[in-house]
Amino acid sequence: MDEKQDKILSDVTGSEYKYGFVSHIETETIPKGLNEDIIRMISEKKGEPEWMLEFRLKAFRHWQTMEMPHWAHLQIPEINYQDIIYYAAPKQRVSAEGEKEIDPELKATFDKLGIPLEEQKLLAGVAVDAVMDSTSVKTTFRETLAEQGIIFCSMSEAIREHPDLVRKYLASVVPVTDNYFAALNSAVFSDGSFCYIPKGVRCPMELSTYFRINAANTGQFERTLIVADDDSYVSYLEGCTAPMRDENQLHAAVVEIVALENAEVKYSTVQNWYPGDKDGKGGIYNFVTKRGICRGKNSKISWTQVETGSAITWKYPSCILLGDNSYGEFYSVAVTNNHQQADTGSKMIHIGKNTRSRIVSKGISAGQSNNSYRGLVKVLKGAENARNFSQCDSLLLGDKCGAHTFPYLEVDNPSAIVEHEATTSKIGEDQIFYCNQRGLSTEDAVGLIINGYAKEVLNKLPMEFAVEAQKLLQISLEGSVG
Amino acid sequence: MFSIGVNYLSMADKTSTLSVRDEFVNLYLNNLDLITEESSELMNHYREEAIQYFRLLGIPSVKNEKYKYSKIEPLFGYDYEKYFAPKKILFNIDDIFRCDIPELDTHLALVLNGFYLPNRANKITELPNGIIMGSLAEASRLYPNMFKGRYNTLAENTTDGLVAMNTAFAQDGVFIYVPRNVVEAKPIQIINLLMSDENQLVQYRNLIVVEDGAQAKVLVCDHTLSPKRFLSNVVTEIFVGRNASLEFVKMQNEHNDSAQITHTYVNQQRDSHLVTNTLTLHGGFIRNNLFVTLSGEGADAQLYGLYLTDRTQHTDNFTYIDHAVPNCTSNELYKGILDDQATGAFNGKILVRRDAQKTQAYQSNNSLLLTADARMNTKPQLEIYADDVKCSHGATVGQLNNEALFYMRARGIGEREAKLLLMFGFVHEVIKKISIDTLRERIDDMVNRRLHGELSRCHNCLMHC
Repeated sequence: MDEKQDKILSDVTGSEYKYGFVSHIETETIPKGLNEDIIRMISEKKGEPEWMLEFRLKAFRHWQTMEMPHWAHLQIPEINYQDIIYYAAPKQRVSAEGEKEIDPELKATFDKLGIPLEEQKLLAGVAVDAVMDSTSVKTTFRETLAEQGIIFCSMSEAIREHPDLVRKYLASVVPVTDNYFAALNSAVFSDGSFCYIPKGVRCPMELSTYFRINAANTGQFERTLIVADDDSYVSYLEGCTAPMRDENQLHAAVVEIVALENAEVKYSTVQNWYPGDKDGKGGIYNFVTKRGICRGKNSKISWTQVETGSAITWKYPSCILLGDNSYGEFYSVAVTNNHQQADTGSKMIHIGKNTRSRIVSKGISAGQSNNSYRGLVKVLKGAENARNFSQCDSLLLGDKCGAHTFPYLEVDNPSAIVEHEATTSKIGEDQIFYCNQRGLSTEDAVGLIINGYAKEVLNKLPMEFAVEAQKLLQISLEGSVG
Repeated sequence: MFSIGVNYLSMADKTSTLSVRDEFVNLYLNNLDLITEESSELMNHYREEAIQYFRLLGIPSVKNEKYKYSKIEPLFGYDYEKYFAPKKILFNIDDIFRCDIPELDTHLALVLNGFYLPNRANKITELPNGIIMGSLAEASRLYPNMFKGRYNTLAENTTDGLVAMNTAFAQDGVFIYVPRNVVEAKPIQIINLLMSDENQLVQYRNLIVVEDGAQAKVLVCDHTLSPKRFLSNVVTEIFVGRNASLEFVKMQNEHNDSAQITHTYVNQQRDSHLVTNTLTLHGGFIRNNLFVTLSGEGADAQLYGLYLTDRTQHTDNFTYIDHAVPNCTSNELYKGILDDQATGAFNGKILVRRDAQKTQAYQSNNSLLLTADARMNTKPQLEIYADDVKCSHGATVGQLNNEALFYMRARGIGEREAKLLLMFGFVHEVIKKISIDTLRERIDDMVNRRLHGELSRCHNCLMHC
């Protein structure tokens, strides 16, 4: 039995990362290094107005005064910020008629990733903003969306064409001085998606951004801003992959969400950056700041994430529940294998009255990986009748991995009810035995149990993603019994 | 009523702008002779290294993750007298102090301001069954073999400045030794008395050894007998041998100007049992660090805690259970009620090391907030590196259940009484774990009166402060 289990485990750890290919696309890059000139160069390349450059420089000057934080339960090798290319963009092709067109190789890349850039081929009802390295390649379904007044475009475009909106909301949730990586991102971010849903509009399709790192020696720093005006609704998806390389690449993104009165924003992520090989070589460092603010009454922000990739993940999607009766949600499945490390969780800051939040986190560790949940639930003095429920479960597959839980509960109001529970265990032999007895192989049984374990979170994903995520779970862990 | 011997020294000149850290290092250097003179060579052996660590670490600030919710630094902002020799007391301690639990029959050890109070001039008491209890300093001279490999082996001088400070300064405390296979049913009681007409800093040290197969119950009570400001920094090291069992009850009952920081380290051998009960009924500022290392298979640790705080009191319980080997179990339950502007914190960490398979660890912390100004921070943590384990933790912060209140009121119980009944039921879960019957009943009663707002603390104290 044990031998068989070991075999299954090694099969799993040996499974290939299927998005690890490199596309040969002409890429325009700037020199390595980080200084004010580089930042000016990025800003100039993007044709940004003066205020944007000021914004970047301010962030950069602050970043220089900061130190890399070390509180997370992670082993991070020293990062040389001067050894990174901060801007890499696929070269723009111009056709015979003088129109801009997409490099066929680029299109092929996205086809291969399952993200077709032609609208007719798309899964019905998903609009995509495809980001390769530092720039947005194409945003689909823009016209359809524009009919309803929805703005969905790349960040650079938004800065040029909707400066008022961008100035009003950019860095209003994650200030440039917020933390080390947010400051770095604010200084050098090259693109990302911008989305504005006007009053009373229910976005008719899923919006999504697909991030792809392709060029070597680069970092990806994108910035996403979603603003949902009164009584609006939007569901937003995010996916990401990168080639297999021996060196580590840095990905430091910032996502900001603003939900005004009665608005609802649902943000789903399937994070599948290259996790490194089975000896822990290579992989993406995923240091991301994601935060939403429920600014209006009765607003709602929901984060759902499936984290399977990245060598190191450091990410805490948060909700600031400012408006009365607002609601924050966080659903997460984090899988680590081999030498991956993840320190992830959520922050719920209750400020308004009758605010509610819910955290459901499912960690699965295998191989020699370490998987931590770190979360904060903070109830401020004025948050009458605040309510939180947190549940953090960890599943250990193998005796060399680690699962950790670090919740912080800070309660400053007596009418608040805050609950936290966590469990850590492995898949029980009796559970496997039960399945075996009914004719399921051990491998199938484990797959079944893991899927059942993660179901509460997977159910929260939009249909298109749920199928994908389920497959991903199967690939990364199917059959691994400790 | 009593006078003080001349043997005291005031702190280094306040005129200088020295940091607390430098002040204490200077205090140490200036009084080295006095400190070492009253102490044994064995204890002095560790001082130099400890003061170096203290110089390095200083007083922990709130930026230290371990002390995130407790502001230690301001406690050192007051002027304290520090004594490097026991005060001569010219009164009978029995006249001034009577235990809160009169029916309780115990072996009594009294400590006054950090120095063991001799029982009819005997610094060491040896019971017929071989149990040794008495002054730590004296015992370290008489029984060096019992100290070697134990004293200062558990204390974390290298990571916590307060522990290092204690190691450098502590001169006395209580030593308890329970020999192999001795089963003592009668509890051993340590009473720490604080009495001074000056503000005072007290640093002392306890060592408790329960040998293989032995069983003992230790009850520690803290009392302040004068209304001055006290700051205690206490380190206790406990060794529980194979198959041995220890029940360790700590009752903290001090006045609101006092501050107490305790560091308790327990090492458990194979198949040993430990029950700790930390009952914080009263005290201005309390920080309890409790570290349990399960270093032999089959060891079992039960940690219970209760805190009832009101006014501006602060209680912070920090526990750390280290499952170092397989097949150990631990269970932890801390409950508390916070009233007025009281603040509380709980930090519970369970570490399951690699290969510590078949571990079972449970942890729970529940707090009730009664007023808008009360505040509770809780941080239960699991750090697990083995897969075949069952670990869980839970934490809740909330208020009394309205439905339960309604149920009682519908049956004719007044609102106040109903609330008190619910609160009592809430905390009784911890109290009922005490195995010493008279003590449990007495604590039930004290808690009951404490919840009714009657000051149970000074009931038996003639000072009525």
